[in-house]
Amino acid sequence: MIRLIDFLLTRQRGVRAAFYGLAAAVVVWSLTVDTSHAHTWAERYLPGFWSLFGLLSAIVLIFVARWLAGAGIAQEEDYYDN
Amino acid sequence: MTTSGFFHPALMLIIGALILPLIREPFRRPYLVLIPLLTFINVVWLGFHQGVYGQVAFLDWQLTFGRIDPLSNAFAFIMALMAIIGTVYGLQERNVWQQVAAWFYVAGSLGAIYSGDYLSLFLFWEMMAFASTFLIWTNRDDQDAPAAGFRYLLVHTFGGLLLLMGFVMHYQISGSLAFDLLDYENARLSTWLIMSGLMLNAAVIPFHSWLPDAYSKASITGSVFMCAFTTKTAIYTLARACAGFDILIFLGVGMAIYGIIYALLENDIRRLLGWEIISQVGYMVAGVGIGTALAINGATAHAVAHILYKGLLFMGAGAVIQMTGRQRFTELGGLYRKMPLTLLFMVIGGISVSAFPLFSGFVSKSMIIAASYQEHLLWAGFLLTMVSAGTFLVAGLRLPWLIFFGDHRGDQQSFAAAADPPWNMQLAMLAAALLCFIIGTWYPLLYALLPHQDIAGSYHPYTGYHLSETLQILAFAGVGFVLLRHRIGARAATYLDLDWFYRRGGQVCLWLARHPIQWFDTAWGEAYRVVGLVSLMTTARFWSWFDWHAIDGLLDGSARSVRSFGRLVATAVQRGHIQQTIGYAISCIVVLLFVYIWL
Repeated sequence: MIRLIDFLLTRQRGVRAAFYGLAAAVVVWSLTVDTSHAHTWAERYLPGFWSLFGLLSAIVLIFVARWLAGAGIAQEEDYYDN
Repeated sequence: MTTSGFFHPALMLIIGALILPLIREPFRRPYLVLIPLLTFINVVWLGFHQGVYGQVAFLDWQLTFGRIDPLSNAFAFIMALMAIIGTVYGLQERNVWQQVAAWFYVAGSLGAIYSGDYLSLFLFWEMMAFASTFLIWTNRDDQDAPAAGFRYLLVHTFGGLLLLMGFVMHYQISGSLAFDLLDYENARLSTWLIMSGLMLNAAVIPFHSWLPDAYSKASITGSVFMCAFTTKTAIYTLARACAGFDILIFLGVGMAIYGIIYALLENDIRRLLGWEIISQVGYMVAGVGIGTALAINGATAHAVAHILYKGLLFMGAGAVIQMTGRQRFTELGGLYRKMPLTLLFMVIGGISVSAFPLFSGFVSKSMIIAASYQEHLLWAGFLLTMVSAGTFLVAGLRLPWLIFFGDHRGDQQSFAAAADPPWNMQLAMLAAALLCFIIGTWYPLLYALLPHQDIAGSYHPYTGYHLSETLQILAFAGVGFVLLRHRIGARAATYLDLDWFYRRGGQVCLWLARHPIQWFDTAWGEAYRVVGLVSLMTTARFWSWFDWHAIDGLLDGSARSVRSFGRLVATAVQRGHIQQTIGYAISCIVVLLFVYIWL
């Protein structure tokens, strides 16, 4: 298992390309799925809606977290000790 | 308590815990496995013989110690199972009091789950709070552990008091102590107090700050126990008393988001996992707030799945902390070469919580989201789905990345010491990992445990649409991580939260006490000494002489013997260690209560 991870780590560019390929394949596959049970019109008619949603969620959460940290909730590590 | 073949599983663990310190190796390890195993068998047996047991008349009230129905059975089952896994994980632990505390803690949880009235619920509720405090105090590796233990105890005492006030007022109005669904339409102050008391244990905002604080300071085995029992027992009680309370939907969704944002920043492994508990428990609280049969089923299923994968993640974190002695991401990294099996188990835990297909979160979390869509709460459904993406960022990607990959950021000594943990810890992790996989693939097994069996069969997680939705979200949350991962890297910082008010607020009180109040006290004491004390002491000395020599002399010197005996007891028991004193006091109260009730 260590050797497998080492092998993958030395080929990071290839792994990343494979990952993007996989993500694209998921989107392509999702176009063939029956969306008649979807909850809203956006899910039904926007192709790859959940991909966009997942990406935006990740970006929004990370930026909100960093913004909060910058807005004052981040303090020195020994803040409560002194 | 053995009426009609009913022997309370909690009593079993309590007796087991009381005998445990007397048992030595080589019998101790088999005994450690045997007692939770017997408890588990007992719980399973009770699951097949549901009903109301252990009704006891206590003063004017009817106490019910054994209400076994589908809801309590599901929670008791997973608690008893986790007790086995946790005990196996902690087998190598030398400090026997830690295991005693852990079993009392599990007993409190099982007792609270099976209790059918507020009084016995309260008894077990407090037992959980006190026993789990000892799981923090037994951590000798962290200087801040005693203080964290006191903070934890104080917060939980406050929660217990809210619950106590709530049910006493409820009793005054309704004349009943029965622990059943509260009336939301005619909610009174007592309803809100009870709900707040239960909410505090579920770490619902704004009562959540104790969780990451305490769980990051507990002993390694202690945190594995704590992550399973307190919050999920509270979810059970909320599902029992507050199902369908709309306000819980808002609070639940709020804590799901709040928790995941802090988890994205956090630098301490177990604080990160603690924040994620808050986030995941948010799903369950929202499920309880929705309150439909599907939502309650979802909350129950998610609690079961959660206990297993979160236990697994805490076990992995504990292994890393035990082997390296470090728990900050800024001092870890690159450990995959040293701890490959721990990596594997933590990844399984991480993808289970992220709701990967084939793993447990996929079949449980989606049920709550489906219930929110079914009730046309679109905003709740979408926000909870957003948190799913965040969960994958945190537990599936950020956590393994910061521990196991990249360069090692700590000292060489801790890196050299790192290795996969002892066999018993690996075994416990393996069991939890397998259960995560089994539940995810063979989900009817989990669904057979759910409280609303009439609709349990009609929900199918593995539909094409759900699969495509989940895979898209996971894949693109992954893309987001690849692009932005350095923004959520390891940073040495403390992130302020609402505990600021009682940690810093406490310091303000301390300053007030030290300076103005102390000054006044000294001045007053001085005046008193000068004016009153001298004359008082003279009179007192005379009466003391008279009492000692004249009266005790007449009574055969009995006061003298009482005094010498008292001194003996005081030097043995009261050595000024407040933790020990609390421990003695609690054990006495528990033993006395049990003696009173059952004899």
